[in-house]
Amino acid sequence: MIDIEQQLRDAAQDLPSDAPPVTERAAEEGLLDVAYSSVDSPLGPLVVAATPKGLVRVSYTEFRGEDDVLEDLARRVSPRVLEAPAKLDRVRRELDEYFDGGREDFDIPIDWSYLAGFTREVLRATAAIPFGDVSTYAGVAEAAGSPRAVRAAGNALGANPMPVIVPCHRVLRTGGALGGYTGGLERKEFLLRLEGRLL
Amino acid sequence: MSVNLPPFQALLEEHRTDVYRFLVATAGSAEADDAFQETWIAALRAYPKLRRAGNLRAWLFRIAQNKSIDAHRARGRRPVPVAGVPEGGTSDGVAEAGGEEELWERVRRLPQKQRTAVYCRSVLGMPYEELAALLESSEDAARRNVHEGLKRLREELTDD
Repeated sequence: MIDIEQQLRDAAQDLPSDAPPVTERAAEEGLLDVAYSSVDSPLGPLVVAATPKGLVRVSYTEFRGEDDVLEDLARRVSPRVLEAPAKLDRVRRELDEYFDGGREDFDIPIDWSYLAGFTREVLRATAAIPFGDVSTYAGVAEAAGSPRAVRAAGNALGANPMPVIVPCHRVLRTGGALGGYTGGLERKEFLLRLEGRLL
Repeated sequence: MSVNLPPFQALLEEHRTDVYRFLVATAGSAEADDAFQETWIAALRAYPKLRRAGNLRAWLFRIAQNKSIDAHRARGRRPVPVAGVPEGGTSDGVAEAGGEEELWERVRRLPQKQRTAVYCRSVLGMPYEELAALLESSEDAARRNVHEGLKRLREELTDD
């Protein structure tokens, strides 16, 4: 008797596997809610993600795994998450220029809509701290409209979903101590050194 | 929002090749590329509205099956090219690749549910419970579709 199932399995191994891409078509049809890509940097690999409105995430892959970041985006933004490096070319270019010392300000749009309330205010205030300058937790709390919410400001910065681009590394403790940093203090030091704030 | 759906990219990576091969096998290589894109675009469109994150493969292959049926119909309206060796061939040589294409042609001539059932069970090893969800039928009916489809293929091949 013919083992037809085995024949089918063997034949299936020889079927082509070069399926056409779907991401471009998804974007054309307005179905690419979150585009992401990995980007190399002197601070190690990053995952960057954007909606059609702007950037929503920059994450140190060594600090938090890519799968974890993508699951979080699927939960918070939309499960329509697809790898689409071309959609992040501009972010990649601006980051490269920044790390090469050729750029002080980022021009890419940021999508703030997935951040709420005080967190959003704190991060917006942080985004306004210029290159080469620094502020304090108390300073950004005040700039965000709640001068006494220093601890809450610290929490908001600790949850910054777009480090480097939203420069939470420019926020130090009152008195000049470095404070904390998502991604590790050595990264904060690296960035402050790059901006001429540390030797 | 009640369900935690995985990022769509994970679904695409896990099932891309299986879906593509299913479409080549059941709809033909000339139709597979379009049917493949149609499948994933339809899946992406419906994805955020899913109420359960279980059985995503069955859901996905149900969409693929529908696109395969569409492609099949379109193909039926066109003069069918002589069944040939798929582009690229195989390492086993032309003769065997031709034999395999002949086998898939036979699969394509099965009734639609048998076509899906035979492929998903024999090639993908899909459990009957999942296959039943895919076919929107009972497990018994899924089992019968596999059985009938395989029986017919076996008879045809024995007759040759």
